[in-house]
Amino acid sequence: MSMILGVPVAVLSGQLMLGVINGAFYALLSLGLAVIFGLLKIINFAHGAMYMLGALCTVLMFDAFGINYWVALFLAPILVGCFGIALEYFLLRRIAGQDHIYSLLLTFGIALIIQGVLTNIYGVSGLRYSMPDVFKGGMNLGFMFLPYYRAWVIVAALLVCFGTWFMIEKTRLGSYLRAGTEDSQLMQGFGINVPLLISLTYGFGVMLAAFAGVLAAPIYSVSPVMGANILIVVFAVVVIGGMGSIAGAVITGLLMGVVEGLTKVFYPQGSAAVIFLVMVIVLLIRPSGLFGKEA
Amino acid sequence: MTITKKLLTSAIASALLVGGAQAEISNNTVKIGYLADMSGTYRDLAGPNGLKAMEMAIADFGGKVNGAKIEVVSADDRNSPDAASSTARRWVENEDVDMIGGLVASSVSIAVSNILEENDRLGIISGSAASSITNEHCTPNHIHYVYDTYPLANGTASAVVKEGGETWFILTADYAFGHALEGDVTRVVEENGGKVIETVRHPFPTSDFSSFILQAQASGADVVALANAGADTTNAITTANEFGLTQSGQTLAALLLFLTDVHALGAETAQGIQLTTGWYWDMNDETRAWSDRFMEETGVRPTMVHAGIYSSTMQYLDAVKATGSDDAQTVRKQMMETPINDMFAKNGIIREDGRMVHDMYLAEVKTPAESKGEWDLYKIIRTIPGDEAYRPLSESKCDLVTQN
Repeated sequence: MSMILGVPVAVLSGQLMLGVINGAFYALLSLGLAVIFGLLKIINFAHGAMYMLGALCTVLMFDAFGINYWVALFLAPILVGCFGIALEYFLLRRIAGQDHIYSLLLTFGIALIIQGVLTNIYGVSGLRYSMPDVFKGGMNLGFMFLPYYRAWVIVAALLVCFGTWFMIEKTRLGSYLRAGTEDSQLMQGFGINVPLLISLTYGFGVMLAAFAGVLAAPIYSVSPVMGANILIVVFAVVVIGGMGSIAGAVITGLLMGVVEGLTKVFYPQGSAAVIFLVMVIVLLIRPSGLFGKEA
Repeated sequence: MTITKKLLTSAIASALLVGGAQAEISNNTVKIGYLADMSGTYRDLAGPNGLKAMEMAIADFGGKVNGAKIEVVSADDRNSPDAASSTARRWVENEDVDMIGGLVASSVSIAVSNILEENDRLGIISGSAASSITNEHCTPNHIHYVYDTYPLANGTASAVVKEGGETWFILTADYAFGHALEGDVTRVVEENGGKVIETVRHPFPTSDFSSFILQAQASGADVVALANAGADTTNAITTANEFGLTQSGQTLAALLLFLTDVHALGAETAQGIQLTTGWYWDMNDETRAWSDRFMEETGVRPTMVHAGIYSSTMQYLDAVKATGSDDAQTVRKQMMETPINDMFAKNGIIREDGRMVHDMYLAEVKTPAESKGEWDLYKIIRTIPGDEAYRPLSESKCDLVTQN
């Protein structure tokens, strides 16, 4: 069997594949963060909590009403998105235009409250959610056993990422969004309801996080604290990609998934730190991030 | 001969002490502090329900001991030795706390027991795993009650090797507890003629285990052992299931698994996994009766840690009652001399290193067909006698043992 640095090629290809799958999660989550930051200049520390809410909703809707995975895939993001819109309307709007630190602290506080209350109710051991029957099993790719569900995660995440990029960069609605955040007074002068646009954008960013949460429900342990760990990594991904760059967030997300996956093979102890190491190097060499516009 | 002598002396000593009873309980109050993870990774296995168990013990005891009232204070240690130390210091130095119970993360227990030793108060550790707590970190001021990594390795690893699991792949949580468990397991596997062919240390905590499971599959080992705890273990098991690890002929061994973890996984996912536990709620009428009461209070079945907290609090109060004192050394001595016989343990003995030695159980998770309810999860397949389960004193590195 051919080897690279003492690791069989077959094992390495498997790890690359897994890296892309994890990267798909990072991409989805960092995309939402980038949309919210890029368009609203809000540093959304509640993003991890929204991801968790998406997963938790999926499990609870199934337990209480027997709502299946496919319905949850749409319904959970919509519910969580509405919750996000309410947050924006009642809380975030009041500190619009203030320094970034205000939105950071407010969303961080909201995240802690949501996480704390739900921990009290559901505990931290994790809730059970069975994989939908169609995804049970997997295929043998020769170099690895790929569960069907993981393949679906890549497809679903990439479709949503591409759709989001297309909507913001290539459609009329996207151009309103971008213009509204550049100069909201002028836009209002044109008769466009900018506050509504902002609410919807925040809601949409939150929906992306919740969608990632639904995708995560069958494979990760669903608990109120699941969002806290992943949030910091995703922030690092956004910083590496360049705050606010939409395509950058997606590409960096996939890239970091692969980097992390390879670290798990060659030096597993370092896999939690490697993304932050990349972040430090990128910030030293290109402070605005890999895909950010030079300030 | 010596035992009779010991008993006689202690009987006389306690008779003398009971004579001067009331005055010896400081402030006429026995104050107990409950310090545990109330909100993090280890919340469910001890946490708020552990406090409930402690309160149940105090209520069952009658709320008073020799006329002195029993008070409980509690705090969240947030799994941080620093936070735990400052709380423990405040409790013993300013608030006259006599005993600290709960204590989950091993690092927290080691830090707190040092403070207890400085101030000569008592600690009863129910949640921690590291066997070093009563080995190199032993003090005359704490007792380690429920289990430790030594019997976990002894019970599960030796059973799995004997069933033919010769080559091992160990996946270890990269911190003190994981390293301790990895060491204990490696020793047991090699002693039984097996071989550890690869160990991989994963960051704590990790949510995605797919990469490590793939490495475990590629290693070709007979057994994939998980030397981690809580969400790390449940995540790893879920992923192993998804990637068909056991279907391809490898055995999965989880070295530390609590009832709450198995409940979270469900019988469907966890079936067939072997584990070592210090107690299980559905062992006999006594354990069932207490567990029913616990469930009425909390809505869930107790873990071994919950039962241990109840039992140890009861033992502590009995010792305070018998000696009429809340002095740490007097009470600890009394507890060492009184075998533990309750719903938690039969003939449990507290040794001079602070280790409570009692029978441990090798259990197997039931299949969904065997399981008759959401908490009907284990079948006990072997009782491991206490002497065989725990580290013998002859191997001890504890100063209290080696100096004698």
